[in-house]
Amino acid sequence: MSILISPETKIMVQGITGAFGGKHAQLSIDYGTQVVAGVTPGKGGQFFEHSGVKVPIFNTVAEAAAATGATVSAIFVPPPFAGDAILECAAAGLDLAICITEGIPVKDMIRVKRAMTGSKTRLIGPNCPGLVTPGTGDGSKGGCRIGIAPGYIHKKGHVGVVSRSGTLTYEAVYQITCKGLGQSTSVGIGGDPVNGTSHLDVIKLFNEDPDTKGIILIGEIGGSAEVEAARWIKANCKKPVAGFIAGATAPAGRRMGHAGAVVGGHEDTAEAKIAVFKECGIEVAATPTDMADALLRAAERMGVSLA
Amino acid sequence: MNIHEYQAKALFEKFGVPVPKGAPAKSAAEYDSALAQLPDGPTMVKSQIHAGGRGKGTFTDGFKGGVKFCKTKADAKEMAGNMLGKTLVTAQTGAAGRKVQTIYFTVASDIKKEYYLAILLDRATSKPVIVASTEGGVEIEKVAHETPEKIFKVFIDPAYGLADYQIRELIFGLKLNATESKNAAKLIKNLYAMFWETDASMVEVNPMITTPDDQVLALDAKVSFDSNALYRHPEIVALRDLNEEDPKEIEASKFDLAYIALDGNIACLVNGAGLAMSTMDIIKHYGGNPANFLDVGGGASKEKVVAAFKIILGDANVKGIFVNIFGGIMDCNVIAEGIVQAVKEVGLKLPLVVRLEGNNVAAGKKTLAESGLTIVSGDTMADAAQKIVKLVA
Repeated sequence: MSILISPETKIMVQGITGAFGGKHAQLSIDYGTQVVAGVTPGKGGQFFEHSGVKVPIFNTVAEAAAATGATVSAIFVPPPFAGDAILECAAAGLDLAICITEGIPVKDMIRVKRAMTGSKTRLIGPNCPGLVTPGTGDGSKGGCRIGIAPGYIHKKGHVGVVSRSGTLTYEAVYQITCKGLGQSTSVGIGGDPVNGTSHLDVIKLFNEDPDTKGIILIGEIGGSAEVEAARWIKANCKKPVAGFIAGATAPAGRRMGHAGAVVGGHEDTAEAKIAVFKECGIEVAATPTDMADALLRAAERMGVSLA
Repeated sequence: MNIHEYQAKALFEKFGVPVPKGAPAKSAAEYDSALAQLPDGPTMVKSQIHAGGRGKGTFTDGFKGGVKFCKTKADAKEMAGNMLGKTLVTAQTGAAGRKVQTIYFTVASDIKKEYYLAILLDRATSKPVIVASTEGGVEIEKVAHETPEKIFKVFIDPAYGLADYQIRELIFGLKLNATESKNAAKLIKNLYAMFWETDASMVEVNPMITTPDDQVLALDAKVSFDSNALYRHPEIVALRDLNEEDPKEIEASKFDLAYIALDGNIACLVNGAGLAMSTMDIIKHYGGNPANFLDVGGGASKEKVVAAFKIILGDANVKGIFVNIFGGIMDCNVIAEGIVQAVKEVGLKLPLVVRLEGNNVAAGKKTLAESGLTIVSGDTMADAAQKIVKLVA
C-alpha cells in the first residue's frame, strides 16, 4: 500500500517535449513508472520515445486521459502557462495534478485554487519535487516516480515523508534507506505560499494508510501549515511522527529561495514552529542529519516497529 | 521586489489613491525644482531607502531622524542637506545602514486621526486580505497582539473581487463620519485595484490619515511585488533600485543563483532552498555563523558552481567555506569538477569543507581527492558542519 499513487498508476506528462519534462519522463520510464501519455498542444499525433517505450503525445489533457486511461498528470510547463495547465487537469477530471513548475505568479495560483474549489482533482505543488512510491526492484525500481526526485535513494517500506523542500525530502528518504528501512510514499508539497495539497492533507492520508507506520514531517519558515498539521497530529494521529523545520537562522522578511520561505511575523519563525511541534508530541530533529534517528526515537517511545 | 515611497505614491496616484502632494530630488540641484511643485507652507523631508523606521533612524554622522517636519519650504531645502548622500541607520537596515540617494518632499498634512491599512496575501485561505485598524502610525503586530479588537479584516474572493459590503465592513469598523467614509471607500477600492493589477505581494499604508476637512490620504506607502510576476510588468521592473541591493546579490541573480548575504564568516554553497536554509542552521547549531544563504538550484552546471564560488569569496568577512550537496539527479562529479575549477581560478586560501552525497558520489569524491587541493571531506552534514566550524574558530 501507499498513498496517492501506486506502481499501477498511469501518468501523463504535460510538457513532455521540453528539455526538463522530457528528461524526467525518461527517468520515470527507467524507474518502471507507467508513463502512458504526453501532452504538448500542437504536437498531438507525435511520439516520445525512450529505451523502447513509445509514448503517444496528445494536444489536450482530456484527449490523453480518454485515449490512455491516465489519471495523473506531471506538469512541466513554463510558469506563465502552468496555471492554465493545472486547470486543464481539473477540467479533464484527473485524480491528481502534480505541478513541478517553479516561479508561477502568486496571483495565478490564487485564481487557480479558487477555480478548483469543488473539483475532484487534487493538486500537489507547484514548485515541488513530486511523489515517489518505491518499487521492489533494484534501486527501488518498479515503483511510481512522478516529478524530479531521485528514485534510487528510495526503498519500499513503511515511513511516510512529507516536505515543502525537495533536497530535504531526499535527505530524509536517504537516511531512512541507509538505516535499512523504507518509505511507503514520499510527497513533496512544494515551496510556494499558495499550493494545493497541504502538510495536513498528506498527514491525514498517511494516518489512514495501514502500510505507513511512521511519518517524517519537514517544514520551514513562513505560513502556518506545519502548525496546523502538528495540532491535528496531537489530537488524531496515533503513529510516531518526527519533525524538522528549516530556517532558524533566516533573517526576517527575506525570501529564502522558496517563494513561501519568508518570516512574516512572530508565529511563522522556525523557533515558534518547533515549539508547537514539541508541544504536540512530535519528536524534533535537531539537525537535518537527525531526521531518521528522530523518527526511530519516536517509534521506540511508542513501541512501534518501522520495519 | 521593493520600491521607494515616492515611487509607490506615484503608483497610488495613477490608481486614484489620494496622497499628499510630493516631489523627489536625487541631487541638491534638484531641490528647487522639486519644491517649486509644492505649495508654500509646512513641508515634510523624507529620506528614501528600502527600510522602515526612517523617522527614528540616525545618520552615521550623528544627525537624528530620516523624516523631518519643516515649517517652510526654505527650511525643508536646508534640512535635505542633512540627509542626501548620508548613510541612515534604522532598526531595519542593520548597523551598516543605507545611503540616502533620493529625498522626497511632501506637503505636511494636517492630521485629524491616523489609521492603518494594508493588503497582503493570507496564506491560510489563499486569498488576498485587507487589514485595517483604528490604530495607525504604530507597529501593527503590537496592536494585533495587545488589542486584536481594533483590527478589522476582510478576505477577498478572487473570482468576484472586492465587494462593496466588505468595504463597508472596514469603514464601519474604523468609525468614520459620512464624508470620510465616502473618501475612504474610494481609497480602499482603488488601492485594491492597484494591488491586484500590479501583482503586488504587499501594500501597506501606515498611516492612512483623515484631515480636518474630512479628506482621507495615504501618508506613507510601502509596496512590494511578487518577483514571479515581474515578467508581465516591465513598468514595475523599471522601478528597481540596484543601489538598495547587495552587489553580491545582484551578481548572483545574473547567474540565477538564490543568494542572500548575512553577517557571519562561514560561506555556504548548497543545492536546494530547504537544504541551504538548514545548512545555515546547522552551522549555527555547532557554534558557527553563516555568511550567506546560497542555493545553486537543482540542475547546477559547472559554470554556475564557479560563479557561486566567486560570489561567496567576494565577501571579505568569509573565513571558511562549506559546500553541502545532495546530488539527487545532479551528478556529484559535475559539482566536484566545478569546485576544483573554481578553486584553481580564484586561488583559495581559506579552509574548505565539502560534503557530497547522492548520484555518482564516488566519482565526485575521487575528483576532489585527486585534485591536489586541500579539501576537507565531511561524511554527513553534521560531521562537515562541525569540521568547518572548528577550522574557522
